[in-house]
Amino acid sequence: MIAHKESGERIDPTGIKIGMWLFLYSEIILFGGLFVLYAAYFHRYSESFAAGGEELDRLIGAANTVVLLISSFTVAASITALRLHQRRRCICLLLFSLLCGVIFLVNKYFEWGAKFARDLYPGSETLVGGEPGLNIFFGLYYIITGLHGIHVLIGMVLLTVSLVWVVSGRATAERYSMLDNSGLYWHLVDLIWIFVFPLFYLVL
Amino acid sequence: MTAPQSFYHTSSPAGLSGIRAWLLTHDHKRLGLMYLAAVFFWFVLAMVLGLLLRTELMGQGPTIMGPEVYNSMFTLHGVIMIFLFVIPAIPAIFGNFFLPIQLGTDDVFFPRLNLFSWYLFMLGGLFAIVALFAGDGFPDTGWTFYVPFSVEVDSNVGLTVSAAFILGMSSMLTGLNFVTTFHRMRDRSMGLMQIPLFTWSLYATAWVQILATPVISITFVLVMVERILGVGLFDPDKGGDPLLYQHLFWMYSHPAVYIMILPGMGVISEIIPVFSRKSIFGYKAIVWSSMGIAIAGSLVWAHHMYTSGMSDVSVFVFSLLTFLVAIPSAVKVFSWVATMYRGAIEMTPPLLLALIFIYLFTVGGLTGLVLGAVGTNIHVHDTHFVVSHFHFVMFGGTGFAFFAALHFWWPKMFGIMYRFKPAYIGASLTGIGFLFHYVPMLILGLQGMPRRYYDYLPQYETGNFLAGFGGYLLCLGIVIMFVNLLMSFRQQQPAGADPWGATTLEWSVPSPPPLHNFVAPPVVASFPYDFTTVVERAGKGGS
Repeated sequence: MIAHKESGERIDPTGIKIGMWLFLYSEIILFGGLFVLYAAYFHRYSESFAAGGEELDRLIGAANTVVLLISSFTVAASITALRLHQRRRCICLLLFSLLCGVIFLVNKYFEWGAKFARDLYPGSETLVGGEPGLNIFFGLYYIITGLHGIHVLIGMVLLTVSLVWVVSGRATAERYSMLDNSGLYWHLVDLIWIFVFPLFYLVL
Repeated sequence: MTAPQSFYHTSSPAGLSGIRAWLLTHDHKRLGLMYLAAVFFWFVLAMVLGLLLRTELMGQGPTIMGPEVYNSMFTLHGVIMIFLFVIPAIPAIFGNFFLPIQLGTDDVFFPRLNLFSWYLFMLGGLFAIVALFAGDGFPDTGWTFYVPFSVEVDSNVGLTVSAAFILGMSSMLTGLNFVTTFHRMRDRSMGLMQIPLFTWSLYATAWVQILATPVISITFVLVMVERILGVGLFDPDKGGDPLLYQHLFWMYSHPAVYIMILPGMGVISEIIPVFSRKSIFGYKAIVWSSMGIAIAGSLVWAHHMYTSGMSDVSVFVFSLLTFLVAIPSAVKVFSWVATMYRGAIEMTPPLLLALIFIYLFTVGGLTGLVLGAVGTNIHVHDTHFVVSHFHFVMFGGTGFAFFAALHFWWPKMFGIMYRFKPAYIGASLTGIGFLFHYVPMLILGLQGMPRRYYDYLPQYETGNFLAGFGGYLLCLGIVIMFVNLLMSFRQQQPAGADPWGATTLEWSVPSPPPLHNFVAPPVVASFPYDFTTVVERAGKGGS
């Protein structure tokens, strides 16, 4: 989705960045709709939400937060590295960021798996037959973390494409919009998690 | 120097020919025409559906279809008209074609993204068609997809909301493209207050598209999640609240109303000064009112929900905010009328259509106030009064602005002029048919006839019969207009660069424009609506 004027002579990185920021903005609104639901239901079922928060594994949640924060740093560092003509370092940093993404998803897999084992998933007997507030809490938990997980995947695809571009020499110290924008997207994924983590894991 | 070749003869990227030159194009003008073709198809289809609905209602009891078909059909009519005609029509067709030219540049900022948006648009349309023929048939939920019905019903709700999701994405990306183009590609010498009003209105619209569309996307995602997983977010049995669905839905869908009308207002702001040979009255007021509508219009969504059991405080606040939107809208109407006052008015088909727009839009706006006030709203809620009101705005407003834009820019897009007489006849018939069609509905609504009902009590028969009769008149008028426009391809009467005596940049380039739009670097006027030279030229007997 990154534009190059056909003639190739007029590339405007600022404009490309404006476009990217607008897109990121729309992503925030996308999650915003879900956060509105969260706010409304939290108001109604604050006790059940606190009980639900107890069920979640704070250790894995905190670990995932750290993993994402570190990966955000390494992505930013990879952009600087490319601009300083340190291609090898840039590639290493990107590979490390991708590894962080994988760690995050593996953690998520085990986390969800543990919930499923304890009969806590949409439509499960515990949730349908139990407190309505708890059902809503876990419903939102699965939808929001699921949608976030999809965004992690998309971010990883973007980072992989950028990595290929760096390796093949298509992204250079002068033309690094693809990497730059993938980095922005990755920061967005990180940012949303920064909100998701306290809302679900630290809710009291 | 030889005349430059039009964009029809030059492909972008270079070297493509035949159908590939269209399907792979990056040229904003070709994309505008491709949208025109697609939107035209959907409009005619939905118009026929609408006519069939009104035919069914012309007499009491079953006439030409059963109740299930009727329910699916009004849903289909709504979904197509909203997502495939009214929202994309003006921005995607005329916006794509003219926004870059009015800004003095050669394309939008992200040309490939623009092509991608078109494919998304087509994909969304394809989904709608598949939903129509596959499995359990088209949904009968109405275009609002209210829960719990939309979650429980067996028909193809999933496919249809996916279609709407994809179309929303297409519209959002177009908006993103326009905002970026507006800021980064504008001619260097063009200051903010030198930008034509059509482009300004598209800019305001684009912001609403970016701001509001993701909310409907997530809402539709939730409908799909509920259908597949049954989480119960909107199901009271499982702790959910169906009212929240309505909030989320209207948080987009009310601003979407302004996505629909703002570009139309932009078109009218272009046409009125040209044929009054007089500078637009209150240029800055119109610019600010566009932005004002975009902002205020995003804060009024719950006025669709007065009877849903919201708190009285919310009802009061949303009613007040709704009244506020009337102010910038009225600023525009008064500016148009004041522009014509003491102008040298030259009657042409686009002006006639613009005048009909002003009239019908004003009625739509005033009936909107009846609905915005809580007391009267509760009386006419969910009746034919509402149906009539939003058709006055969406069809009398945006629809007529679309016809006006077509007649105004047709010579520029195709380089040929159509015949005026049939255009006048078609436009007048459409206008008269419109009134015959929708005024009876206003009265029916006040008498208490609910919307979306398959059958009605005997006392409503006269009104419904009259409305159906008006519907046929209306469609006849539209057919005459369209046939007349299409006949111009046969007559091939060349139009010249500036057939109307207009001043914005698109009229300074050949018709149809060359690939890069401008033959020489554009000369940006200090004010886009200065008609002194046009009037002087006319005074000397030239044209």
